[in-house]
Amino acid sequence: MTRARAVFASAWGFVVGDDWRTAVGVVVALAVTAILADAGIAAWWVMPPTVIGLLAYSIRRASRGATRRG
Amino acid sequence: MSGAELGLVLSVFLACAVEAVEALTIVLAVGTTRSWPSALYGVGAATVALAAIVLALGPALTSLPIGVLRVVVGGLLLIFGLQWLRKAILRAAGLKAEHDELEIYAAQIEAARSAGKRPERFDAYSFTISFKGVLLEGLEVAFIVLTFGSNQHRVGLAAAAAGLAVLVVAVGGVLARAPLARVPENALKFAVGVMLSSFGMFWGAEGAGAHWPAGDGALLVIIPLLLGGSLAMVSVLRASVQRAPVAEAESAQAVKQAART
Repeated sequence: MTRARAVFASAWGFVVGDDWRTAVGVVVALAVTAILADAGIAAWWVMPPTVIGLLAYSIRRASRGATRRG
Repeated sequence: MSGAELGLVLSVFLACAVEAVEALTIVLAVGTTRSWPSALYGVGAATVALAAIVLALGPALTSLPIGVLRVVVGGLLLIFGLQWLRKAILRAAGLKAEHDELEIYAAQIEAARSAGKRPERFDAYSFTISFKGVLLEGLEVAFIVLTFGSNQHRVGLAAAAAGLAVLVVAVGGVLARAPLARVPENALKFAVGVMLSSFGMFWGAEGAGAHWPAGDGALLVIIPLLLGGSLAMVSVLRASVQRAPVAEAESAQAVKQAART
């Protein structure tokens, strides 16, 4: 059990990294894209602004932390 | 070669070159200080392990239905690419320390020297450090080879691009006989982050059922858009870092004035 947990933790750290919020945001954006596409509505426009927004939010959080430490 | 295949080759080559430069620093340090044969055995063993991972998971991934593969792999590639891009932006803005190969090389040399007496034949220390260094740096490349390659059913092409990058870096290392400190690592990581995130976004949305206007041609808009957005973030951050000391000094002055009144 401990070994399985360790494997999961390292896989999580490897793929998701420092900011889990970005990963959650990507999953939600893909889900919204799928729902819109399934309903026959053009959905290509969902991802680009969401990804740039998620990146900006993540950078903002990280830079605040860095300047507080610095 | 199609645009998507060119993107695959370029992304895998650049990512692999960056990771190979980092692995080379570790191998050079233990090889020079302790034992070249043992260090090279470590490199060989790690390469076999990485090839086994790609060979085992590649066919399993490519056997998935294309829609499922694209949404899962696109999503993973996007999350992974945004990690690279986030770190590269913070480094470019001066908010995170740059990767200094010479400093890492010196630290590895010091650690190798203080690791005790070198045995006559097989040096387990050199083997283990080389093996771990190459395996850990190589795992990210294996992930990129698998995700990029399986999405386009071109795992072989992705693996060839990775192999070429290793060869170029290894030849560079042999010629320089020193860590490749002049390689612009952060600029390469920035480029890889943009490529991984762009392709991840493209494939993820397609897998979720969206249809991009102009099909593959949409990548010609997505990549510059993400690159421009990321560069804009770097300049905003740089400006705020430059303003920060002035603002701190001004607020300290205000506190002093308030204390006097």
